[in-house]
Formats: sequence, structure tokens, C-alpha cells
Amino acid sequence: MNGIANGAQRFKPMPLNTAVAVQLIDMNKWYGQFHVLRDINLKVMGGERIVICGPSGSGKSTMIRCINRLEEHQQGRILVDGVELTNDLKKVDEVRREVGMVFQHFNLFPHLTVMDNCTLAPIWVRKMPKKEAEQIALHYLMRVKIPEQAGKYPGQLSGGQQQRVAIARALCMSPKIMLFDEPTSALDPEMVKEVLDTMVGLAEDGMTMLVITHEMGFAREVADRVVFMDEGQIVEINEPNEFFAHPRHERTKLFLSQILR
Amino acid sequence: MTMAEGDLAVADLAFVRRAQIDARPPPKTMTGALGWLRDNLLSTPFNIALTILIALLLVWALPELLKFLVLDAVWSGTDRDACREVVQHREIGACWPFVYERAAYFVYGSYPIPERWRVDVFFAMLTFGIAWLLWLNAPRRDLGAVYFFIVLPVGSIILLHGLPAFGLPVVDTVLWGGVLVTIVLAAVGIVVSLPIGIVLALGRRSRMPAVRLFSTLFIEFVRGVPLITVLFMASVMLPLFVPQQFEPDKLLRAMIGLALFASAYMAEVVRGGLQAIPHGQDEGAMALGLTYPQRMRLIILPQALKVTIPNIVNTYIGLFKDTTLVLIVGIFDFLRTIEVARIDPKWATPVTSTTGYALAAMFYLVFCYGMSRYARAMEARLASGDKR
Repeated sequence: MNGIANGAQRFKPMPLNTAVAVQLIDMNKWYGQFHVLRDINLKVMGGERIVICGPSGSGKSTMIRCINRLEEHQQGRILVDGVELTNDLKKVDEVRREVGMVFQHFNLFPHLTVMDNCTLAPIWVRKMPKKEAEQIALHYLMRVKIPEQAGKYPGQLSGGQQQRVAIARALCMSPKIMLFDEPTSALDPEMVKEVLDTMVGLAEDGMTMLVITHEMGFAREVADRVVFMDEGQIVEINEPNEFFAHPRHERTKLFLSQILR
Repeated sequence: MTMAEGDLAVADLAFVRRAQIDARPPPKTMTGALGWLRDNLLSTPFNIALTILIALLLVWALPELLKFLVLDAVWSGTDRDACREVVQHREIGACWPFVYERAAYFVYGSYPIPERWRVDVFFAMLTFGIAWLLWLNAPRRDLGAVYFFIVLPVGSIILLHGLPAFGLPVVDTVLWGGVLVTIVLAAVGIVVSLPIGIVLALGRRSRMPAVRLFSTLFIEFVRGVPLITVLFMASVMLPLFVPQQFEPDKLLRAMIGLALFASAYMAEVVRGGLQAIPHGQDEGAMALGLTYPQRMRLIILPQALKVTIPNIVNTYIGLFKDTTLVLIVGIFDFLRTIEVARIDPKWATPVTSTTGYALAAMFYLVFCYGMSRYARAMEARLASGDKR
């Protein structure tokens, strides 16, 4: 079901960079009267792979969207690669250049070819020459195993291929951190594996990753730590074996009993 | 190919396919002329009724039209006698000699005869520019845009209005008329309304309250007022407030009124398109670090404008026909020149007015239908570009 063999981790965790990649300190967010994120504290080291899970509406998505400021937080601090996110648009742009994001619904640009989707940001944001951007794009398309689709439009690809293009598009900006917002939830079961395999490959290369997913096989295999959220709060953080074998919080136990049958 | 015998043996409860089914051609009723008829004219009872109704309408209208415009029409003559039943002793259709004789007036208005070559050059320059821009495979379309949006407007003003330094005597816009005025008004309106409309539409969705308020007020105010009022304001009221020596040209005032009017409608059309683009597109672009102008220009507007092409062209067609309203503030557009010519005693016959109006109908039909066809072709082309 999960597409990836459950069980022991396939590879040892990478030695972590000493630098802090993302740090959330007492972060709070409200939608109008609704308190979506409550006193969030999370520190992600460079090279660390974090899987975030929890019931829908628990604020996981909102939390990682705060990291590249697709959402604004109202209280507390967010530091990304040493840059604090404030109303300063320069800082926001700086962070977005270094943080790649993959969405549940891909958000590819339908009016551009796969190649143009990948080269757009390097050309316009990094001011890279077109030739160079295309070489890099081809490199990453090869990496996600679809270089032959470069001339097609997103609408001509399957869901799994589209999501892999979305990953390649984010990688073309050579981000230091990658955010994944339920990257396999909108895919047909047959497509899930190809996307997860791509993500495992990224993890093996030492990319700092924050992944929202319910693919528990992926969490077991790849994650350094699993974060469980409920009602806008972080309920439990643990390394995966411990998290799945001995969940400590009642809410975590209930959640795991629902999804692991 | 039907189910192979090997399949039948296990068909009752369990089933295993042994042989692949090859693709077969569809039945004859779905293809060819018969299929086309069924799909397009006779697909439902309502469609059958419509087909019959339209066929009847054509049978009723077409022969009469053909009779008036061609069969009974008068093709040569020098004055009204050629087109009078009492003189010719036959049924008289359209009086085409009237149109030949006044053709120059319909095209140039009262533009001085020795200077009319300037209008011809303007038409040629405009046609060239339009062809360059509209022909999507044309070479150097970027240069074409520079030509169309910078060289052409400046050149046209110098050419049509005149610049004594270049040996071109000034021709007051009061003398302009006919097709020239209609085309100038429409071209200015078309070229100006889209960019202003886009800016207003983005402004109305802006996060900055002042920008949003201004855009909304402008759009709602202009849309809430009839075009005739705008034109009256521009031509009658404005001079009351402005000292005479600063009073802008009458044609220019009408032009500005028309362009702003079209812009407000265009803004709403574009806003509709912007709303059709899922928010995820903007987020995807944001996450890549693109700035607001880049996101709009590269991601949002290309998609939004594509879905609004039919509505944009609809607004253009409306604008083209609305140019006729300038006749009420005394500007001699094409329709007004026909109005003037048809009461000329030299051509006073019972068919003169009808002939003039038939000409006007054909003129507006050709331009509007041309715009509509071009838009359809463009839509088809863009749709084949990215199938979803």
C-alpha cells in the first residue's frame, strides 16, 4: 500500500549539519477568531528529515506554509536559514529563494511546457542565462526520471509525472530546504510509489526536508523525527521507531490506531 | 472480435480474458456527412426544431436580400434618375451609384482632397501593423509591437494632424470624417482599453486599500453612466470648466471618453478572468520566489487573458459599434457621413437611405465578424497548445 517496504531504515541518518535550518519559536497564528497554530516550537537542523502527520485541520499545512510565508504568523518568531521572517518583503523573497515547496495539487503552470516550468524561476529570480537554466532543468528532470517529457505541457502528463515535475521545478532553484505538503494525497495509488521514490532519493542526498504525509512507510524509512500535530499544537515529536512502537500521548495512540491497521 | 471460445468456458461466474479486444471503427451513423448532420443539426428534438426554424428564416430572408442588393440593384448612373422607379419603369433595388459617388466622403469625410493621400498612408500603416501583430507566426513580433504601440501612434498623429515643419499642413480634426474617424476612434479605444483595463482589474484586487478604492470607484462610476452621458460630459460640460485656450480638441475628448468607458468594462472582463485562475497558481509562483509583477506577467495574466479572449473581443466589438454614438456630439464618423449623404437632394430617391444603411450594416458586419473569427482562431490555437 505504501509502496515502500516497511521496517528498518534502509540507510543511516545523514550526519547532521550543525546549522539550524528552520526554527519556529512560540509561533502563533489566527484565522480571524480561530486560533490555528498555538505556541509552536520546532527546530530543524540542516540535513534533517522531518515527517509531520496529524488529523486534517490540525494545522500541519498552515505551519509549513508559514515557513515560506505563504501564510503570515501573528506572534512568535520564524527563522529560516538564519533569516527571520517579518513584513520585510526583501527577507521574504530571500527565504523563498532558498526554500522549495511541493504542493498537494502540484500547482504546475499549465500554459508553460515542463521545461519552461523548470527554467522560469532560475531565469527570472536567479537571473540565470537561459542555456544554463535549461541544462540544470534537464539534469533535475533526469533525476526525477522524466527528461523525455520536457517539451510537453503539464496537462499531458499523469499525476505522478506532474508531481515529479513539480519536485524538479523546485530543485532547479537549488533550495537548501524542501517543504512537501501532502505530495501524494492527490495521486492514484499506482502513482504514489514513483513520487515517494523520488523523495527517498532526495533524502539520501542529504536535503533538509519537512514532509507532511500519511505514508507511514515513508516516515519509518526516511524520517529522522516524526512530528504529530492536533488542534494547532505539536503533540509529540520522536524518532520514527519509537514514535510508531511506543507513542506516548493518548492522542497519538488513537491516531496511529486509526491509520495503522 | 467477439468473446473467444476459451473465454466463454469460464464466463458464468469467474472470468479470465484470454484474447485482447482490438479497436474497431465506429458505426457508419457516427461518421461522414450523416454523422455530421446528426451531431450538429439534428442531435435533439430542440435542435431539430431550431434547424427547421432557421432554415425557414433563411428561405424567407435570403431571396429578398439578394433581390434588393444584387438582382434589382442599379449599378451605374450619375444622379437620382438612375434609381427612380418612375423614370426607369422597373423595380429598383439598392442604388449603388450613390455609394460610388459619395465613397470618398464616406472614407475621408471633409478631409481636404489634396491631403487625402495622408489618410491612405495611415490606413496602409495601420493594416501593416495589425497584420504583423495578429499573424502569430510573423517574424520579429517584438519589433512589431514597438512599431504598433510607439511608431504607429506617433506617426499617425504627425501624418493625420499634420506638422508644418515636415511640410504637412495642419488638418483640423473638425474636417476628419467617415471611416477615418471610426477607425481612429476604434483603434485608440482598442489599444488603450486593454492595458488600462488590466491595471484597473489588478487594482481592484490589490491589497492596498487606496488603490482598491480608486479602481472600484472608477469602474463602478463609469459603468453606472451611459456612454452618451460620458460623451456629452466630454464635449459639452468640459469646455465650461476649462479656459478656452486650453480646451482640448473635440475629437480627442470623445476619444478619451470612449477609451475610458471601454476600459471600465474591460477591467471587469479581465477581473473575471483573474478570478478563474486557481489560487494555487499564485502560490506556486510565490513559493519559487517570483515577485508580484513577475507572477502577474508570467503566470496569472497569460492564463487569465486566455480564458477571457471571447469576452475581450466581445468588448472590442461593442466598442467598435459604440463609436457610432459620437455622432450625437457632432463628430462625423462613418455612420454620420451616411446620414448626411442620404439626404442630399441630388440622390433623393426612395431607396437611397436603405442603400446607405445597407452599406453601413455591411461595413460594421465585416469588421465585427472579422474580429470574432480571429478570436475563435486564436482560442483554438491556444487550446491546442496546452490540453488539460
